[in-house]
Amino acid sequence: MPEIRVTPLGAGQDVGRSCILVSIAGKNVMLDCGMHMGFNDDRRFPDFSYITQNGRLTDFLDCVIISHFHLDHCGALPYFSEMVGYDGPIYMTHPTQAICPILLEDYRKIAVDKKGEANFFTSQMIKDCMKKVVAVHLHQTVQVDDELEIKAYYAGHVLGAAMFQIKVGSESVVYTGDYNMTPDRHLGAAWIDKCRPNLLITESTYATTIRDSKRCRERDFLKKVHETVERGGKVLIPVFALGRAQELCILLETFWERMNLKVPIYFSTGLTEKANHYYKLFITWTNQKIRKTFVQRNMFEFKHIKAFDRAFADNPGPMVVFATPGMLHAGQSLQIFRKWAGNEKNMVIMPGYCVQGTVGHKILSGQRKLEMEGRQLEVKMQVEYMSFSAHADAKGIMQLVGQAEPERVLLVHGEAKKMEFLRQKIEQEFRVSCYMPANGETVTLPTSPSIPVGISLGLLKREMAQGLLPEAKKPRLLHGTLIMKDSSFRLVSSEQALKELGLAEHQLRFTCRVHLQDTRKEQETALRVYSHLKSTLKDHCVQHLPDGSVTVESILIQAAAHSEDPGTKVLLVSWTYQDEELGSFLTALLKKGLPQAPS
Amino acid sequence: MAAHLKKRVYEEFTKVVQQQQEEIATKKLRLTKPSKSAALHIDLCKATSPADALQYLLQFARKPVEAESVEGVVRILLEHYYKENDPSVRLKIASLLGLLSKTAGFSPDCIIDDAINILQNEKSHQVLAQLLDTLLAIGTKLPENQAIQTRLVDVACKHLTDTSHGVRNKCLQLLGNLGSLEKSITKDAEGLTARDVQNIIGDYFNDQDPRVRTAAIKAMLQLHERGLKLHQTIYNQACKLLSDDYEQVRSAAVQLIWVISQLYPESIVPIPSSNEEIRLVDDAFGKICHMVSDGSWVVRVQAAKLLGSMEQVSSHFLEQTLDKKLMSDLRRKRTAHERAKELYSSGEFSSGRKWGDDAPKEEIDTGAVNLIESGACGAFVHGLEDEMYEVRIAAVEALCMLAQSSPSFAEKCLDFLVDMFNDEIEEVRLQSIHTMRKISNNITLREDQLDTVLAVLEDSSRDIREALHELLCCTNVSTKEGIHLALVELLKNLTKYPTDRDSIWKCLKFLGSRHPTLVLPLVPELLSTHPFFDTAEPDMDDPAYIAVLVLIFNAAKTCPTMPALFSDHTFRHYAYLRDSLSHLVPALRLPGRKLVSPAVSPNITPHEDPSQQFLQQSLERVYSLQHLDPQGAQELLEFTIRDLQRLGELQSELAGVADFSAAYLRCQLLLIKALQEKLWNVAAPLYLKQSDLASAAAKQIMEETYKMEFMYSGVENKQIVIIHHMRLQAKALQLIVTARTTRGVDPLYGMCEKFLQEVDFFQRCFIADLPHLQDSFVDKLLDLMPRLMTSKPAEVVKILQTMLRQSTFLHLPLPEQIHKASATIIEPAGESDNPLRFTSGLVVALDVDATLEHVQDPQNTVKVQVLYPDGQAQMIHPKPADFRNPGPGRHRLITQVYLSHTAWTEPCQVEVRLLLAYNSSARIPKSPWMEGSEVSPQVETSIEGTIPFSKPVKVYIMPKPARR
Repeated sequence: MPEIRVTPLGAGQDVGRSCILVSIAGKNVMLDCGMHMGFNDDRRFPDFSYITQNGRLTDFLDCVIISHFHLDHCGALPYFSEMVGYDGPIYMTHPTQAICPILLEDYRKIAVDKKGEANFFTSQMIKDCMKKVVAVHLHQTVQVDDELEIKAYYAGHVLGAAMFQIKVGSESVVYTGDYNMTPDRHLGAAWIDKCRPNLLITESTYATTIRDSKRCRERDFLKKVHETVERGGKVLIPVFALGRAQELCILLETFWERMNLKVPIYFSTGLTEKANHYYKLFITWTNQKIRKTFVQRNMFEFKHIKAFDRAFADNPGPMVVFATPGMLHAGQSLQIFRKWAGNEKNMVIMPGYCVQGTVGHKILSGQRKLEMEGRQLEVKMQVEYMSFSAHADAKGIMQLVGQAEPERVLLVHGEAKKMEFLRQKIEQEFRVSCYMPANGETVTLPTSPSIPVGISLGLLKREMAQGLLPEAKKPRLLHGTLIMKDSSFRLVSSEQALKELGLAEHQLRFTCRVHLQDTRKEQETALRVYSHLKSTLKDHCVQHLPDGSVTVESILIQAAAHSEDPGTKVLLVSWTYQDEELGSFLTALLKKGLPQAPS
Repeated sequence: MAAHLKKRVYEEFTKVVQQQQEEIATKKLRLTKPSKSAALHIDLCKATSPADALQYLLQFARKPVEAESVEGVVRILLEHYYKENDPSVRLKIASLLGLLSKTAGFSPDCIIDDAINILQNEKSHQVLAQLLDTLLAIGTKLPENQAIQTRLVDVACKHLTDTSHGVRNKCLQLLGNLGSLEKSITKDAEGLTARDVQNIIGDYFNDQDPRVRTAAIKAMLQLHERGLKLHQTIYNQACKLLSDDYEQVRSAAVQLIWVISQLYPESIVPIPSSNEEIRLVDDAFGKICHMVSDGSWVVRVQAAKLLGSMEQVSSHFLEQTLDKKLMSDLRRKRTAHERAKELYSSGEFSSGRKWGDDAPKEEIDTGAVNLIESGACGAFVHGLEDEMYEVRIAAVEALCMLAQSSPSFAEKCLDFLVDMFNDEIEEVRLQSIHTMRKISNNITLREDQLDTVLAVLEDSSRDIREALHELLCCTNVSTKEGIHLALVELLKNLTKYPTDRDSIWKCLKFLGSRHPTLVLPLVPELLSTHPFFDTAEPDMDDPAYIAVLVLIFNAAKTCPTMPALFSDHTFRHYAYLRDSLSHLVPALRLPGRKLVSPAVSPNITPHEDPSQQFLQQSLERVYSLQHLDPQGAQELLEFTIRDLQRLGELQSELAGVADFSAAYLRCQLLLIKALQEKLWNVAAPLYLKQSDLASAAAKQIMEETYKMEFMYSGVENKQIVIIHHMRLQAKALQLIVTARTTRGVDPLYGMCEKFLQEVDFFQRCFIADLPHLQDSFVDKLLDLMPRLMTSKPAEVVKILQTMLRQSTFLHLPLPEQIHKASATIIEPAGESDNPLRFTSGLVVALDVDATLEHVQDPQNTVKVQVLYPDGQAQMIHPKPADFRNPGPGRHRLITQVYLSHTAWTEPCQVEVRLLLAYNSSARIPKSPWMEGSEVSPQVETSIEGTIPFSKPVKVYIMPKPARR
């Protein structure tokens, strides 16, 4: 029985460390290869020993696919390919290929230089790993080998994020990665065609949330910033360097442009500049507005946003500063926060979730007095929270499922409790079965693959011509010969099959005797049979031959006297097996007897 | 057959020759053309290869064919069709047959047999499809002939089983265009029964080819468009098509569902998987709403657009479209809109927000949450958030239309519209502002909404700001704080963008007159008066102060208690503003002061307006013109023209009529004057340049007539006849003057011929109106036409001269509504002393901003002219997108004009003005033959002449020599 097997090594009923193994029609594919943010030990990377205890991974995996550049989707890649050892192809989109090494390098630096970890992958390993990458375009069908093919679809979420369709023969799986069904200021909405895969593996981060319209959020954000700046206050926006930061930059930049504002906006430097460069480059991956206007002006060439210098923080007058990192736990954002916290005119806007224990979390939960480096710090500035998340909400997930029309759905990348709710909903509303395996748990799905059979055009046309109206999508009966040769199937007409196989045709005739009570002569009986058949079978060719026999099409009927009983005549009916239908009908008809002659 | 055909050709040819001999005089122009069919026949016989033949056919298709020779041509083509083996040539012939059968004046029923005949023997699918197309052309040409229709429908049904999608497409198209629904009608003697086309087309809704499915739905829509009533039975079929794999099918299916929902809004349909039933229109509405989140944006646009026109839908369904139940972690959450509303009603708006004030509250029952509703839930929320701005615009438009028909929905959709003011694409913002203006009668803005609306006043786009001013003109504000907020924001806008001055004043005028009671408590604060102390008198030239006064005075108009709050200088300022800005400041009943002009008050009796009467009287006076001596006539005309002009200045609503009539009278005056000249009294031709006055008059009359024809909107055909008649007279005058002043006869021949052609043209164009022109110039002229045709130029001139003198003055009937086109250039203002410097040889872009009033089709007619000091003139055609349409009859041109010149030694002024281009030959109907083939673009856009219709503005420019 052919089947699809799915085993999450990470992200099964969990967020982070996305890594899913899929075997489909004998091919093994690994989807994403991420790290977990919550752990610093072995658990931070997926357990690759599950794939093979000894022996190289290359022998067991046909390819690796990375959906986007976030570290929880690609963080373990150098470890996997260089340290564990994998030499096969790694597929990702062009923007991901460009931005991924920057983030990996940053991650490495923090782990090795700041935390002093040993036995971590090196810069060289990142480079070597990236050499194995094959970049794909949107909607480009890539042949991994003769049978396995993959295709990328746009996913929104971050620049270069993609959903992948993995297809072997007629069986297919779609993996969404992270995606967003509502467009934002710099990215479009995820889109997939009606590809009807056997399995859809979708993320479910917001399985139990339906979000408000993004417009309210945007308007709120802009209004807050604008009001503060007009009052003469300073606005601090702690962000992570890639993803939402660009969204907020675009938002502010266009607002500044529209409202003709002159207040400076700064962005703390670092890896952002490099990343911004790529944002400028990959215009085709952005939304309609940016794509259409980049000829006049590339939206990522910010007019109002300048690079930040440490000294600017003390400048008088209003300003807006984007600073990293996003949770105010260290670095530049924290320094600026300390400087500005004392003034009630200022404002800090937290655009995302903050982990417990960080300064960001403390101030968001309303704490006004902070202990920092042994000194008391009173927070007088306004604190605002605003969620700009780029994941699909419950409605979005349902919308995608509706678009792709899969046979089954599998949920990953979410919390178990929330998944359970969504699973019920999907089963209820689409009437498809839905799975949510935990890490290491394997789901096996039987499939019924269709087998393609070639048919000769002549045969097809001949059979088509026989039917009346061509009824679309309805099964039709077809006569022909199936030839199975060299693992291919062909349907040809029987004559051609005989010719090809060099066989002689066997004539197969059925004969049947029918006894009739008739005292007349043979010829007269034959004549009676003839006239009877002639009147019954109007649309068939019935003939009376000179030798006294009757033919209906190619069926021969002869009348003979019974050897013992002269009152009984024997009708000899003979037909070939092609005319089986008509022949059996005739015998049945004749067995009923002839109508009494009017004489 | 062939011999017979050839004979026909030659017959036709000989007939032509005979005609030439007989009636040489009248039909001279037409008969110079050779017979088409003969030429084509010869060409096609010459062709050696299919490629050659194709070339000939292509060449042939470039020229039009007259109705008389169509049949011959068709025969020739058919003959070649039978002989031809190459399918591409047959295809071309088939398409030519279709084109030919469309020729006006040709009845194609004679070729229908042949066409059906060749259809039966044709093997190539492409040619078959083309032939069916030809049949369609023939069928649409003969809508009355029931027998042919039935026959064609039969043919189409027969070919429906063809394997090629192209053929099936065409068959369905044919059925859609010609088929009828009912079986019963058998009125023809032959007893032909019309088939029930709807069922046949319906069968192809599940064809295997998506193109055929689309064609089937389109054919169904075509049936509907032809006025046949579709059966409700196809509704379910159409609903199934909504989940088709192909976008064009879905898009067409959405339309079909909409059509059915309009036809049977009240019938009841069951909801699947439950026992309930709902109205069809509600069901369809839900289904179309669902398509707003389709995968293809084409379908989304289509669906969003159609939603707007479903007005019969029940209100609770309608309100669902704006409802998206929020939840977070399975707990119900309120939307930002709800929160804003609550904050507002609890009276603590814009308090410092805390984290988590949007924290979810109540637990949700997991079973009750429906994630993809079959209903209309949140359709507009999705539509307004769509990635493609086309969808968003469509959604905003739909919202507008629905809100106009349902006040409660208008109230609800307000929040969403306000949100759209922050869209990233200007077009969408603009559209939503306009939408809001259209529904503003139904709504009152809350303070927090007003706040968001007003924030947009700082937008750097002028269009947006002005649209917003228009919106504020007609919004209802609920509180006095709202008014104050609006005023403050408008004043802020004024300081930031001083060019918006007029627009802001106008806005405040309406704001004041709409909310007198809300303005009243604000007055002391706004005028900064103090109960005990005199405050300093504000600066009268300050636009902001004027803005405040405009608001207050307009409010005071309906609020008699308000003037008591004014201080002395306010009264003085009132008097000043009432004079200087009378359109913004109304007349007030101030204590101790009489109302200056009681006539303006609106309670004037409904009987005839005195100025209207005056206009009528002065025009009637002119009727007696005929009986006066020339001197008296001239004087009368002069007086009347003066009166009319003055009237036009005084009464703006009558300006159009007055100017129009004055222009006509001026033409008449000029004509009389010209004919009065001494020149005519001399018997012999003078050959001198003395007749300046007459020729100048002729030229001026021509100009005036062009202005009358093209510069006024609302001119009807009866006026156009008179105008053309006047122009004809001017042309005659011109001819006479030329004859009198030029030596030699040769140039006169040409001129005479041309003039006679003009007369002929006049006759052809206005044949229906000729009876109204009794005793006129043209009437007499046409009587003498045969004589003129044969006369020598000298005689023609003589006849014309006498006729001109004898002709009567034609009375010009006044059109109902007439407005003179006018234009004002707002920018460049022409006040700058700083020249625009640029390097010679390169270009400089000059922003031009102008308002146009009562211009029809400005995209094609309005041009910008730049006059350089060296007399060089340049005409610029603005792009169609540069014209905006802010209101009925008004247009706004915002464009850039590129200037360039060689280097100058010092700065100089160039003149910029707007021109109205016209083309009087555009009124001639075009032949249908030309529609199919490529028309040279010059014919379409040719400009006969231009009329300047705006004051020129001077721009100071300085092209500098390029630095080496």
